[in-house]
Amino acid sequence: MIQFLKLLFRNRLAGLGAVVLTFILLLALLTPILPLPDPDITATGDRFMPPFSDGHLLGTDHLGRDLLSRLMWGTRLSLAVGAAAALIAAFIGSTIGIVAGFLSGRTDNVIMRLVDMLMAFPYILLALAIVAALGPGLINALIAVAAVNIPFFARNIRGVTVGLANKEFVDAARLSGMSNIQIILSEILPNVLPVIVIAMSTTVGWMILETAGLSFLGLGSQPPQADLGSMLGEARAALITSPHTSIVPGIMIFLIVMSINLLGDGVRDAIDPRLKSGALSRPLPATIVERKETPPVASDDLLALQDLRTEFHVGDRTYKAVGGVSLKVNKGECLGIIGESGSGKSVTALSVMGLVASPPGKIVGGAVSFQGNDLVGASYDELRALRGDRVAYIFQDPLSTLHPLYKVGDQLIEAMQAHRRMPQKEARARAIELLDSVRIPNAARRVDNYPHEMSGGMRQRVSIAMALANEPDVIIADEPTTALDVTVQAQILSLLDDLRRERDLAIVFITHDFGVVAQLCDRVAVMYAGRIVEEGPTAAILDDPQHPYTKRLMACVPELGGGKRELHAIAGLPPAVDRLPQGCAFAPRCEFAQDVCRQGEIKLEPNGDRAVRCLFPDKVSQTEVTS
Amino acid sequence: MAAYILKRLISAIPVLFGITLIVFLIMAMIPGDPATAILGAYATPENVAKINKDLGLDAPLFQRYFIWLGNMLTGDFGRSFSLNRPVLDEILDRFSATLILAGISFVLCAIFGILAGVISAARQYGWADKAITFTVLIGISIPSFFLGMVMILVFAVRLRWFPVSGMYAIYGGGDLPDLLNHLVMPALALAAVATGVVARMSRSAMLEVLRQDYIRTARAKGVHERKVILGHALKSAMVTIIPVLGIQAGFVLSGAVYIEMVFQWPGIGRMLVDAILKRDILLVQGGVVFVAACYVLFNIIVDVAQSLLDPRIKS
Repeated sequence: MIQFLKLLFRNRLAGLGAVVLTFILLLALLTPILPLPDPDITATGDRFMPPFSDGHLLGTDHLGRDLLSRLMWGTRLSLAVGAAAALIAAFIGSTIGIVAGFLSGRTDNVIMRLVDMLMAFPYILLALAIVAALGPGLINALIAVAAVNIPFFARNIRGVTVGLANKEFVDAARLSGMSNIQIILSEILPNVLPVIVIAMSTTVGWMILETAGLSFLGLGSQPPQADLGSMLGEARAALITSPHTSIVPGIMIFLIVMSINLLGDGVRDAIDPRLKSGALSRPLPATIVERKETPPVASDDLLALQDLRTEFHVGDRTYKAVGGVSLKVNKGECLGIIGESGSGKSVTALSVMGLVASPPGKIVGGAVSFQGNDLVGASYDELRALRGDRVAYIFQDPLSTLHPLYKVGDQLIEAMQAHRRMPQKEARARAIELLDSVRIPNAARRVDNYPHEMSGGMRQRVSIAMALANEPDVIIADEPTTALDVTVQAQILSLLDDLRRERDLAIVFITHDFGVVAQLCDRVAVMYAGRIVEEGPTAAILDDPQHPYTKRLMACVPELGGGKRELHAIAGLPPAVDRLPQGCAFAPRCEFAQDVCRQGEIKLEPNGDRAVRCLFPDKVSQTEVTS
Repeated sequence: MAAYILKRLISAIPVLFGITLIVFLIMAMIPGDPATAILGAYATPENVAKINKDLGLDAPLFQRYFIWLGNMLTGDFGRSFSLNRPVLDEILDRFSATLILAGISFVLCAIFGILAGVISAARQYGWADKAITFTVLIGISIPSFFLGMVMILVFAVRLRWFPVSGMYAIYGGGDLPDLLNHLVMPALALAAVATGVVARMSRSAMLEVLRQDYIRTARAKGVHERKVILGHALKSAMVTIIPVLGIQAGFVLSGAVYIEMVFQWPGIGRMLVDAILKRDILLVQGGVVFVAACYVLFNIIVDVAQSLLDPRIKS
């Protein structure tokens, strides 16, 4: 609760709303004991006195009544009626919702059909119909406003109740012999109450506005009694000659509704946990770059990452997702990056073209050199020109990475037309050709499919076709086969391998599966906690892993026909990258770890054409994996 | 597509019946004897009997409903006693005025609401976002009738840019420029709240969509950011925004009643208020059913638009 209030008041606007609303509520409560003139005493001689007249701070209305006094009593009345309407609507609506949601089945069906019918009305219209039947009057207006808001509560609360009605604790209550009413009161109600309160806080402003509206139309409070709406309605006749009589109640309604809205927004934001983490920030078109030191000199490799560092800043925490990674890949080469989830391999890949979601992501050091140019320092336009044209991506799970509302053909055509002018007809022909080249049968027909009309394997082929559209130099494939079943996976891998040979492509292949690496990659880099722990030619590393983590990772791969070997999970979890331990990040899970491992920086030590970040590589290399 | 539209039209039939039933039942709640309530001081026994016969009130409740419904289906909404003309004629006259006002307001709220939401999301936390968020907050908090009155004071009385009220000038008006001149202020006042709501929803829908993986894919393809926002992101966000537009259509259609009162616009909302105050039950019943039915039909259009946008809905 205190946490909640803290969050609420951190939001300055919500605080402002709370202050204004409290002030107005206090005034409304104190109205009867304040030294105000009787709001209903008329004095026709003093009609339409302007504000700041003697004895009438806000002036007088068309009957010479004191405007300040009428405003205060009117505010009191409007607030009371609005709050009463909200309570009635919440009570009846929630009761209906809980009953419908708890009983479910036919009762639920009938009730919700009725609620849907009511919701087919624009609600002001329904309120008018009810007032028409009951006759004008404040109580009738209150009933009308409460009635039209019942469906809103009924539907929301039903939704929550349905979710609760199948929970274990409700089943338990049922088994213990409690009656339906007991279960509703003791198990369901406490859980839906917060939802009811939130729904009320978001609708009470509307209800005050709606009753004021009915009064404004002359259908609510009847003279001489006045709420804010009827004050405004009566003043309308003299709008042009004495505008202050309209403006005073109008501004009061505005203030009340605005402060309630501000407060309601604040409550919602404080409750919605996604906003707390800042996850609702939109990612910018390119990752923010904040490099403090001068970047390294560009390399002459096709693509080289040089001491690249990418961080996520969330709140006051810093997650070092990529902590100084250097890698390179050349024409016709396939480089594998392997590691557990959270090891930073995807962020490394996304950093290349500035695609790390930002905020909260940030590239804070190092360089990405492509054909001798540093991409980290490049402008958005330079990056955009290279994205998909020279360096293309294939992502995991093509159901979420292909746009669901565009035909796959159009997505392919767009990939081409983003980089070169191409007549629509030619682009379409090329799209079909591309689909054909990734062995999609019936490409000419499939080109008009939407992603949801294709299977997972087909969609992944589309993603590959899209990456190939502009005949790039480098393809970065981020777990492209993880979401697929094994036979499809094998097909996709051999397809990529063929393409690499045919077109002399450089491929960066990210995976957590050593089997895949063995099949496809010339070189492999093993990542752990944002850094490379071992790197070298695939065969050499597979034969003789020298980092304990590599060794462990390999022990996780089942071997076909090798039923005798045990599979070993790696005990423990990778460290959180906002609290990396001193020394070797793997030490806490490592059987070889000694005290020296936990002190100081451990370098990635080159050894021929491979490198390892371990103090005891020989020891590791000679030991058999045990559990 | 045609099959889908047909399906939606058929599914609207029970809703329309439901609407007539609800309106009828609400009207049946009238306390006491409706004839006496209608006639007030003129409630002589002969008059009461006549009214009861005119309104068909001498029959049992459910029979009355079907008589009323049957008559409506043949285009006979009854006769308004306060205006002494057929209810349907009056409704059609008045509804055209409301339709012009609400239609323009709806177009305004859709265009400016979505535009504001998109800009706000694309420039999240920038000054444009802050300015829009602040304006929207004021827009959704100010009662439309008060906004209308303030606009009259500022733009009609002080600046004399627009006429104070009415739909056409009394002398020498009647053409399109005259209508537009009269329409500006009421349409803006009516659109204000709806625009604010649409802008808010559009902003959050856009922010939600911009975090999706397929937006990253579009960027990875090298699609220009302008096209990412206005094409990829907005298209997906529209799936969320269109239902909000549907609700706002109902809001401007029925909220027009306040604006019609403030600006003396001869629409159906003012007709309803007058009819309520005069206890002209048949006119109220007919008007409410008519507007609600229009709203149901409009919602079908919304659903069809939705299915055109999102190919996943039809199947």
